[in-house]
Amino acid sequence: MSARVDVRKTYKLYIGGKFPRSESGRSYEVMAAPSGRRATPRFLANAAMGSRKDARDAVVAARKAQPGWAGATAYNRGQVLYRVAEVMEGRRAQLVQDVRDSEGLTPARAEAVVSAAIDRWVWYAGWSDKYAQVLGGLNPVAGPYFDISAPEPTGVVAVLAPQASSLLGLVSVVAPVVVSGNTCVVLASEDRPLPAIDLAECLATSDVPGGVVNVVTGRTAEVAPWLASHRDVNAIDLTGAAGADGVEWGDLELAAADNLKRVLRPGGSGTEAVEPDFEATPDLGRMTAFLETKTVWHPKGR
Amino acid sequence: MTGLASRSRPEVPAPGSVGPPRRPYTLGVSTATDLDPTARARDILGVSRLTNSALTGWLHGLPGVDQVGCEARAAALSTRSIKTTSKAWAIDTAISMIDLTTLEGADTPGKVRGLATRALVPDPSDLSTPSPAAVCVYGDMVPFAREVIGDRGVNIAAVATAFPSGRASRAVKLADTRDAVENGADEIDMVIDRGAFLAGDYLSVFREIAETKEACGDARLKVIMETGELVTYDNVRRASWLSMLAGGDFIKTSTGKISPAATLPVTLVMLEAVRDWRDATGEMVGVKPAGGIRTSKDAIKFLVTVSEVAGEDWLTNEWFRFGASSLLNDLVLQRQKMTTGAYSGADYVADDAPSGY
Repeated sequence: MSARVDVRKTYKLYIGGKFPRSESGRSYEVMAAPSGRRATPRFLANAAMGSRKDARDAVVAARKAQPGWAGATAYNRGQVLYRVAEVMEGRRAQLVQDVRDSEGLTPARAEAVVSAAIDRWVWYAGWSDKYAQVLGGLNPVAGPYFDISAPEPTGVVAVLAPQASSLLGLVSVVAPVVVSGNTCVVLASEDRPLPAIDLAECLATSDVPGGVVNVVTGRTAEVAPWLASHRDVNAIDLTGAAGADGVEWGDLELAAADNLKRVLRPGGSGTEAVEPDFEATPDLGRMTAFLETKTVWHPKGR
Repeated sequence: MTGLASRSRPEVPAPGSVGPPRRPYTLGVSTATDLDPTARARDILGVSRLTNSALTGWLHGLPGVDQVGCEARAAALSTRSIKTTSKAWAIDTAISMIDLTTLEGADTPGKVRGLATRALVPDPSDLSTPSPAAVCVYGDMVPFAREVIGDRGVNIAAVATAFPSGRASRAVKLADTRDAVENGADEIDMVIDRGAFLAGDYLSVFREIAETKEACGDARLKVIMETGELVTYDNVRRASWLSMLAGGDFIKTSTGKISPAATLPVTLVMLEAVRDWRDATGEMVGVKPAGGIRTSKDAIKFLVTVSEVAGEDWLTNEWFRFGASSLLNDLVLQRQKMTTGAYSGADYVADDAPSGY
């Protein structure tokens, strides 16, 4: 009996709820992280090498999805995001395998990382109908007015996903962006893009509307400047600038200043970018970075 | 050699100076107004009396359109890659060819003034952006557009003859046309009576176009054939020849109210018609695809087709127009991308969505 032919997976981009190849037609080899006694890197898969035009298309998709996503009730967004965690749980084996291969972890360690990532997603999903009470409020003013401050989403956010922590880190930067009604274009970890595509598959098979999260894989140094200078992007998270080849986060912040984007700087001090430890329980910082405060003065009768 | 050579862009060589020799013809703008259209049609058809059967025989004697070949050619022409300086030229040319259009029941004087202002200054952040060729509005809105535009070089086109259906009596249609011209329209976009055309009453369509042309006076007449309702490419070809025979200065695909509107193959058939018409009579007729052209990419495909099918003489807003509303925004976005080097977004162009106010 002949051996069965492998069904190999084509890793593509995730834009507007679809899985297109890069418009450039390019792909690049993704290698497993070195582990054990292997000397030569092991080939994992060919990933699509996204171009600036893929990023452009992704921004268009994100912009289109933004009003609908922001307009959904907080309760509904919470439910939808919780559903993502359910799907992630269902795909646990695939996530564990790809995290193991990408990060070179032991099986037990990979299991723990995937659990932490799913829990992190649930943690942020729970905030959807709570952050407004914590961050907004009724302000005391010296006049016959109700004065109400409410947080609102910034809009379209470009996210440079962490280079090292390919799943837990990814979830930790994407979930806080979308939970408040932003949509995002995620530039996946350059050397570890597979868990990002897995997450995209989880998003595509849950109830998240197409375009809310868009994933582009490829060279960070090639695509990031286009996202930083894109005038239809309202904010950029530079976390993934840490450890990326040929990326100066200062240059990206400079390009982002052109249309006054909100910029979340990478961890570390000075010009040195350091990837934060994503194991720790987060605070609200990553959510508040991509929120605007709307204040309404409403006359109060006498 | 009046007219054409001086109207073309300077870098375009005069027709006949390059390429394969063409049939000789006399150059000049449409002479349709100089001559009684019926007499001229008799001449062209070679009949002593213009009857419906004469017209039918002539129109049905036109060669049929190879549908598969036509669509394949259009598809092939839309694969051309237009980059850098050519793209910049194409974007500016396309902007200058737009008839910036609003034809809604909910059009207000304010919206028309806004549209006219946009035509004068398409991109306030870059004043080197060319103006569209015209604004296109309903006849009763012409004065409001004129208020803003004055004589600053952007034409005002008005739709007439019971647009978009064309279902009204001849008298009403002609009154509609005269009214728009009196209101100050520089160009009239008329619709043909598709019912009559499809029923085979070509003479009635011919007369209606000829009489409307007469009612236009100095205004240029664009004849909307509503290709989406003509069903076949053969019909599009016949309607094109009929419109040109009756004295239309432009043949236009659609009202924009019917889908499909301006597809590339339909426009290709029309471009062939105007090219052959010039070979046959020496007169140039313009082409205006309208409806459904929304992106710069689409517009550039049309320009490639114009250049390849009709020739470079048509690559000016005197002879080729786009009927569009949202196309301008996309062209301006592309233009901004080319000048600033960064992708632009909807926040940097005018919001021309219906406001609801």
